[in-house]
Amino acid sequence: MSDVKINTAVDFCGIQMKNPITVASGTFGSGMEFDELVDLNKLGAVTTKGVANQPWAGNPTPRVAETSAGMLNAIGLQNPGIDTFIQRDLAFLEKYDTKIIVNVCGHSEEEYVDVVERLRDTNADLLEINISCPNVKEGGIAFGQDPKQAEHITRLLKDRAKQPIIMKLSPNVTDIAEMARACEAGGADAVSLINTLTGMKIDVHRRTFALANKTGGMSGPAVHPIAVRMVYQVASAIKLPIIGMGGVASTEDALEMILAGATMVSVGTANFFDPKITEKIVAGIEDYMRTYHISDIKDLIGAVR
Amino acid sequence: MAKIEEFAQVISQKSLGSNIFDLTLKAPQIAAAAKAGQFVSVYTNNAAKLLPRPISLCGFDSKEGTLRLVYRVTGEHTGTEEFSRLKEGDTIRLLGPLGNGFVIEEGKKALVIGGGIGVPPMLQLAKAINDCNCRTPMEIVMGYRDDNTFLLDEFQEQGACFISSDNGAVGTKGTVVDAIRENGLTADVIYACGPKPMLRALRDYANENGITCYVSMEERMACGIGACLACVCNSTDTDDHSKVKNKRVCADGPVFLANEIEL
Repeated sequence: MSDVKINTAVDFCGIQMKNPITVASGTFGSGMEFDELVDLNKLGAVTTKGVANQPWAGNPTPRVAETSAGMLNAIGLQNPGIDTFIQRDLAFLEKYDTKIIVNVCGHSEEEYVDVVERLRDTNADLLEINISCPNVKEGGIAFGQDPKQAEHITRLLKDRAKQPIIMKLSPNVTDIAEMARACEAGGADAVSLINTLTGMKIDVHRRTFALANKTGGMSGPAVHPIAVRMVYQVASAIKLPIIGMGGVASTEDALEMILAGATMVSVGTANFFDPKITEKIVAGIEDYMRTYHISDIKDLIGAVR
Repeated sequence: MAKIEEFAQVISQKSLGSNIFDLTLKAPQIAAAAKAGQFVSVYTNNAAKLLPRPISLCGFDSKEGTLRLVYRVTGEHTGTEEFSRLKEGDTIRLLGPLGNGFVIEEGKKALVIGGGIGVPPMLQLAKAINDCNCRTPMEIVMGYRDDNTFLLDEFQEQGACFISSDNGAVGTKGTVVDAIRENGLTADVIYACGPKPMLRALRDYANENGITCYVSMEERMACGIGACLACVCNSTDTDDHSKVKNKRVCADGPVFLANEIEL
């Protein structure tokens, strides 16, 4: 066993994370349900399920379907609203020695602004903005599918937010680097990617859609190479720090994201098939660094160009 | 309520016909914590099938440290098909016990009702009612598709059984409600698991007759522990956790009072 001193800590938008591992929004609740299975203190950060200014009921069921090495979900951003979230979920996370990234969603600029302002005086360390929500006023096209809207909402929220803002990018665009540049131009502190890829599954026996919503967001190991490619493209296009995600299910997957240019990595769907996977990846990264005599994880970020 | 990840060893497995399998596993930690009406998440050994399969506990024995899962294979190349090939000595990863389970209303006359693949979890409940020393009278009603009356012999050891079958091959032709009416069965409390139309009919029957009715629900799940909000059912009132009219089948259920949810 080598006794090389290793440093897994990263600075993300001025917030010190003990390691680069967090969870993908929506796969981990606010950590409460995983608390018995995972030591939350071991995670760099907990990223909470998307929260809006009011409770959202979400979509009808079935909301999930399995696909080969992946899954589709159309939960519809069910959430209890910001009031309950602050009182219950943020209060719960207060007890842990981990950073808190709050994922924010809305149907309109006003709704996003409302949530961001309500979070000003809380223990949230960073805000992740889900811009894959449809903008109701603009005919339902997602904020994250039009660079002008993405830049505009970024600027608006940067102006109102107390915490650094991370814009979460949708892969359902022609050029994700263009979207990243738009967020950078709007003043974003960071970007995270990829959100899910829109997919569909048909139940041939019932001759209907597997999901009540017809389409859903695809995630899981099947999307991982797409996510790595997009993280690499975005890292080459902008100077902002990146949270890489998309099908991360092992230490190697997480390291690919870091080598492609991510400062932090989110583990999402893998939490469903191994609830303890996050802790295993944290330990796996330490082992990798010892094996290859890498003293500082910063030396791995974007190391493959 | 502790959730335990356990690598269970297969003790035995047999087919009960009609694509239904009876699997006994050594999983002492989960067996020690389990209650009737709870379930386990069963993980496949194939990483391409990444979601755990929620399977109800047909039985458990805390002294022996065993669990019994009776489940239906849902098709070719499915996770349940993989489970059906497990042999003595194989291992399979579980998370459990999950969900709330049944609360027995002591001393109140019980009707224990199962339909289709909702039959298995009711066996452990019937045993629990007999084992609770609470002098709770019980009758059992089981609804089958045809003459494959799996587990019926074991239910008969627990109490008087009445059966229905979709095709009339055995018992009353029709549903469990037809069997209840034909036999003039009454109760203070109904405990039921089965397809939604059956649960709906039982709720209506219970409401007409002033009977308390508990139903165990099924829904597509992902995490199985209440985090992902995939497996919700609509609730009649705003739920305290979700703040909307949704309850989580995996964490708030699977057992609900029939009148607190929309069936």
